[in-house]
Amino acid sequence: MMEIPLSWYLSLSGVLFSIGVMGVLFRSNLIVILMSVELMLNAVNLTLVAFSQYLGDVSGQILVIFVMSVAAAEAAIGLALVIAIFRNKLTVDINNINLFKH
Amino acid sequence: MNLQLLVVLIVGLPLVGALVNGLIPLFYAPARQWKTLIGAVGSLVVMVPFALALYLFSQGTGGLPDVAALYTWMAVGDFSVSVAYRVDELSLIMTLIVTGVGGLIHVYATGYMADDRSFWKFFAYLNLFIFMMLNLVLANNLLLLFLGWEGVGLCSWLLIGFWYDKRKNSAAASKAFIVNRVGDFAFLLAMFIVVRDVGSLDFDAVLAGTAGMSAEAVTMVVLLLFIGATGKSAQIPLFIWLPDAMAGPTPVSALIHAATMVTSGLYLLARMSPMVLMAPDIMVLIAIIGAVTALVAATIALTRSDIKQVLAYSTVSQLGFMFMAAGVGAFFVAIFHVLTHAFFKACLFLGSGSVIHGMHHVEHELRHRGYDGAFDSQDMRLMGGLREFMPVTRWTYLLSTLAIAGIPLTAGFFSKDEILFKAFEYGYDGQLYAWLAWAIGLGTALLTAFYMTRSYMLTFEGSGRWPMPDQVHPHESPRSMTLPLIVLAGLAMVGGFIGLPKVAEKLGFSNWIHGYLAGHAGHAGPVAEPELHAHVPVGLEIALILAGSLIAIGGVVWAWRFYGRYELGGDELVQGRFGRLYRWWKVGYGFNELYDRTVVRPVISSAEKLFAPFDQRIVDGLVNAVARVMQAFGWLFARLQTGVVQNYALAIVLGVVLVMLLLVF
Repeated sequence: MMEIPLSWYLSLSGVLFSIGVMGVLFRSNLIVILMSVELMLNAVNLTLVAFSQYLGDVSGQILVIFVMSVAAAEAAIGLALVIAIFRNKLTVDINNINLFKH
Repeated sequence: MNLQLLVVLIVGLPLVGALVNGLIPLFYAPARQWKTLIGAVGSLVVMVPFALALYLFSQGTGGLPDVAALYTWMAVGDFSVSVAYRVDELSLIMTLIVTGVGGLIHVYATGYMADDRSFWKFFAYLNLFIFMMLNLVLANNLLLLFLGWEGVGLCSWLLIGFWYDKRKNSAAASKAFIVNRVGDFAFLLAMFIVVRDVGSLDFDAVLAGTAGMSAEAVTMVVLLLFIGATGKSAQIPLFIWLPDAMAGPTPVSALIHAATMVTSGLYLLARMSPMVLMAPDIMVLIAIIGAVTALVAATIALTRSDIKQVLAYSTVSQLGFMFMAAGVGAFFVAIFHVLTHAFFKACLFLGSGSVIHGMHHVEHELRHRGYDGAFDSQDMRLMGGLREFMPVTRWTYLLSTLAIAGIPLTAGFFSKDEILFKAFEYGYDGQLYAWLAWAIGLGTALLTAFYMTRSYMLTFEGSGRWPMPDQVHPHESPRSMTLPLIVLAGLAMVGGFIGLPKVAEKLGFSNWIHGYLAGHAGHAGPVAEPELHAHVPVGLEIALILAGSLIAIGGVVWAWRFYGRYELGGDELVQGRFGRLYRWWKVGYGFNELYDRTVVRPVISSAEKLFAPFDQRIVDGLVNAVARVMQAFGWLFARLQTGVVQNYALAIVLGVVLVMLLLVF
């Protein structure tokens, strides 16, 4: 079977990360922004795993487990906040969530 | 006892008194009524230093000045100034005057101010004044002296305006302060030159360093110091503040504006006397200014009907005599006259205060009986005949009048005669300007005897001229006021024997104060003297003394008979005799008018027409313009703060991209 070169993994990871960044920067739905953050985290995970395999070092894979558990916690808290905000303002559009400006 | 401790006590106790009398009643209002305690503390903190100074005096100084250096005030590079006090013959004499006469006046004030609601404040200010004055006379360098100099100016301002609820009084206080400022400015400039040329302000260093200074610089420094002295010691052209300063309570006039503060200009000249002697041109100026001031003030005093105004002009005139002495190089005589003048002038002022106290009582009684006309308790035209009602005041006032007139064997006789003799002697030695000063001084001596006797006659002799003199009359003042009067009058009688004229040497007596100040027993004193080549023959000296005595006695007898006969009508006769000249005297030679026209009004109008618009348009405009620029930038940057988190995040990402690009390329 043909070995997939490292650069492919990294390119995919870069593309995924950029999609995540764009999502955070330009989407206005809070839930979509949270999903974009997850996407960025997973892009990083992909890099870690790829390097781990390439270098034959297992610590990268261990780090991924950590990242996933932190991401799970983050998603839980993030969604809870979104629900709390939605209850107050009846919207998840960040253009309407601008209390700081006033 | 250790000198350092003594000096700290002498200088520090009045400060403690000022703080105790000032701060406790300030924060604890019931203490304001503890007048006995406040008066006792206020007087004791002046009398104890007097006792300590007497102790120091009895120890003798052993020739060298003792310096008590407390700490370094400031040190900048090579230049340093210490808070150091200097105990030598000159400063001891001044300390004794300040604390001795000051102590008596404090006792007097406990009686005089007893009914005043700000009794505590008065004593706090008075104590502060003594502290500052002691700093002035005991300082070992020009800067500490200047601190005292400014401090007494401040206290003078506080005390002249003590009854500040009358606009006239606070105006007089500000006038005194502002006029003094002109002199202080010159004093500062003198110090700058000294620092530049000598690099130190310690008296020893300055006087030693004078030799290395150029003649122009010495002349300039002496001139500037003299200008400073004309401010503080009320000489032409800056004397106009002193008569107005009589707005203060009478003990203040006695203490600050007769006995102590106004003599500090003389003290300064005596302290710097070796330097002054090196500027003969300025000495001419000092002598002439002094003599002219003496004459001018004496003629104005002749026309005043306010008892304190007479004494104020008399003070200016006597200060003129002292400057005359300084101008002919007789600094020790100037200090001698400071001493005797402190006795009799303080006594006269306190006596006038006692009279005013009595006339207040008359006014009070009159109001009680329904009199509602105008009444001025200081106006001699409303007095007369007080000798029956105020015997102690009358006798002490009379004795002091005789002393200031220079009746033989009184204190004023010895000091004034010595001034005139020294002026004559200096003229005899070839300095002809001294003869001019001498001649003016002789005429002024006659006037002095005349106008002082006039004030005595109008106040105490004749019959009462206030409304209802049969029903209402004044009472003698309380013991606390008459006791200081008696002590001062006694000193005014005998105080002159410490400075006997030169002929007394033939009889085996020496002039003690001359030896004490100018050097004795083989060491030089703090006060320098010019070297004389010619000596006045004894016969001529005796003739001069006789002439001086005759002038004094003649002036007193003349005025006594004149005003004894005509009473108030005497003034009209004098006015008729002198006509326009009298009117000229009456308006004080127009000095106030002159300054009003040339200084006050131009300053005010230029402030209104030039500086106020400049301030409002340009200065304020500049400040507002800066504010507006700030506002504009604020507005601009506020646009960046959208409040949308994504915009901030975008900025972060762009920043990361930028950093990455920089790292890669």
